[in-house]
Amino acid sequence: MRIIVCLKPVPDPKYWSRLRLDSKTKTLIRDGIPSIINPLDKNALEAALQLQEKEGGEVIILSMAPLFCLNILREALAMGGDRAVLLSDKVFAGSDTLATSYILSEGVKKIGPFDLILCGNQTIDGWTGHVGPQLSEFLGIEGIGWVRMIEAFHFDQNAMGRSKKGSVIVRRNLDHGYIRIKAPMPVLLSVVKDINTPRYTTFAGILEAEKKEIQILSASDLKIDPSQVGLTGSPTKMADLFMPEMRRRKEIIQEKPEAASRLIIEKIHQRGLI
Amino acid sequence: MDFKLTEREELLRKTMREFAEKEIPPLMDAMEETGEFPVDLLKKMGDIGILGVITPPEYGGNGLGNLARVIVLEEMGRVCPAIPMALQVHHMATHALHAFGNEEQKKKYLPPLAKGETMGVVAVTDPSGGSDVAGIKTSAKLEGDKFILNGRKCFITNAHVSNIWVVIARTGEGGKGLSAFIVEKNFSGAKLGRKENKVGLRGAITGELVFQNCEVPQTNLLGHEGDGMNIAIRNIVETGRPGMASVALGILNAVLEQAVKFANERILYGKPISNLQMIQSHLADIYADLEISRLLVYRVGWMRDQNIRCDAESALAKQFACEAAARSARKAIEIHGSYGIMKEYPVQRLLRDALVTIPAGGTGEIAKLVMARQALTMFK
Repeated sequence: MRIIVCLKPVPDPKYWSRLRLDSKTKTLIRDGIPSIINPLDKNALEAALQLQEKEGGEVIILSMAPLFCLNILREALAMGGDRAVLLSDKVFAGSDTLATSYILSEGVKKIGPFDLILCGNQTIDGWTGHVGPQLSEFLGIEGIGWVRMIEAFHFDQNAMGRSKKGSVIVRRNLDHGYIRIKAPMPVLLSVVKDINTPRYTTFAGILEAEKKEIQILSASDLKIDPSQVGLTGSPTKMADLFMPEMRRRKEIIQEKPEAASRLIIEKIHQRGLI
Repeated sequence: MDFKLTEREELLRKTMREFAEKEIPPLMDAMEETGEFPVDLLKKMGDIGILGVITPPEYGGNGLGNLARVIVLEEMGRVCPAIPMALQVHHMATHALHAFGNEEQKKKYLPPLAKGETMGVVAVTDPSGGSDVAGIKTSAKLEGDKFILNGRKCFITNAHVSNIWVVIARTGEGGKGLSAFIVEKNFSGAKLGRKENKVGLRGAITGELVFQNCEVPQTNLLGHEGDGMNIAIRNIVETGRPGMASVALGILNAVLEQAVKFANERILYGKPISNLQMIQSHLADIYADLEISRLLVYRVGWMRDQNIRCDAESALAKQFACEAAARSARKAIEIHGSYGIMKEYPVQRLLRDALVTIPAGGTGEIAKLVMARQALTMFK
């Protein structure tokens, strides 16, 4: 089985209090804030590694990120996975989820035939949950979100070639409970936290990762039209971005206790709180 | 000179931080309460490679080396210094076996230690004293193909959680009359003595090993007869002191973190106390102690990896970092005011932990003797 795991470096939430906003460009200033693997992407990688242990095959890590995120890919390779592909180009900077999904889809095409793409359901920085579904659309394959369990695979015994034809049965989270879905492969699954507990990186894994290949592909390697990516190629336009101001509204009532309590009850009623 | 850590070392730190922050805090209350080492953690640490960090791959370790070990102990110590205390002595045992063992001994004893099947012990100190190695009374007499050990070892870290002990005992007269042995817990006559009740580093077990006509096969002599003193000293210098210094470094990390957090959160006179220069002065002292200690301890890790002899540097790192941890923890308590002496706040534990690092692995005074010896030869 050939599994591609999409992975995004995100700012470490431990340092979010240090994040600043550039009020002009409406972008986050991430300087000096360490990156981590988006937590749900680790669940996706764990799911891939567990499948590889059972079914054999290859796990490829795919990411679109600046070159300084190479260490994040190395970390993923230390956790497991056979090789990584980093899509990196200055023209990619500022891409919204649509442009990102398009770039990733070109990366997937470059990798070649596959059976499964695994993504985290959403990232902890953007929290849109767009990329998984959009990527499956660009590739013309089924995409299933909120996957909390991969139940079983059914492979067509007569299938030829590297990618086996078959189908997968998954459990997709609903507000209350889940539904079972059977989908033809290749398929894209966006996973949620309930699916597994990601393993720790081992020291042996860190040493092995140093020998694994990280292929870096630019826009021209992918034959991507620069006008379709980056800030210009992104239909999402940021209207505003601001740090929410958390403040308690307060009102001081200076009356005698009886009058004050009547006033307070009146105000509670006015706001429809009772 | 390159002060930047490699990508490997950075990744190692990240891995260790994640592991320590997730796995250790749920165990800490019980450790404080009972003083017991959480044995369930052993296998997990073995799986990751923590226990075999200085053991080469051919003996079941990963051989990442001494600087890597410093980083591992520092990161564990940042969360709970008792764990790296236990680990550092475990590493001492793996070092003694690897540096002085023969092929057969290494193949037999290193893999179970590196994998986390048991903890390791190095037992030098007799009730008569630890720094006075030549004064050791525990005896070993060759009878047929066995050594018969009699005596008692005290203040032994990991005593009650280890099956493999490296023991120094007397086989002859004077300093050259000491030898090292590999003793298994289930050897006839090997017994466990009392468990100590320490003020700090609770969760790292300290106890006694007792030998009553303990039968040790002649093949379990480590090195040659008479090598005991050299093995004990090299082991302390090359692994024990850098290890204790790393534990102290971990404590210093935690001390600064706790001090800064409290100073930023505590409001007095309408502002966080971190705005007060008196508080800033304390914070600057703690910061300096942390940074200086890190430079000293990392240097020793690096020197060991380059096979450069570092007796004085190792003593300096140990003496400085352990003292720095204790004085910084006290300053952090002062920043906390009365909160600092309440059990709900970790700074009181950090002070207790730091105090235990001072005599462990060679007292500060002995470390100073080593440093003075070095200084006195410099301008002869």
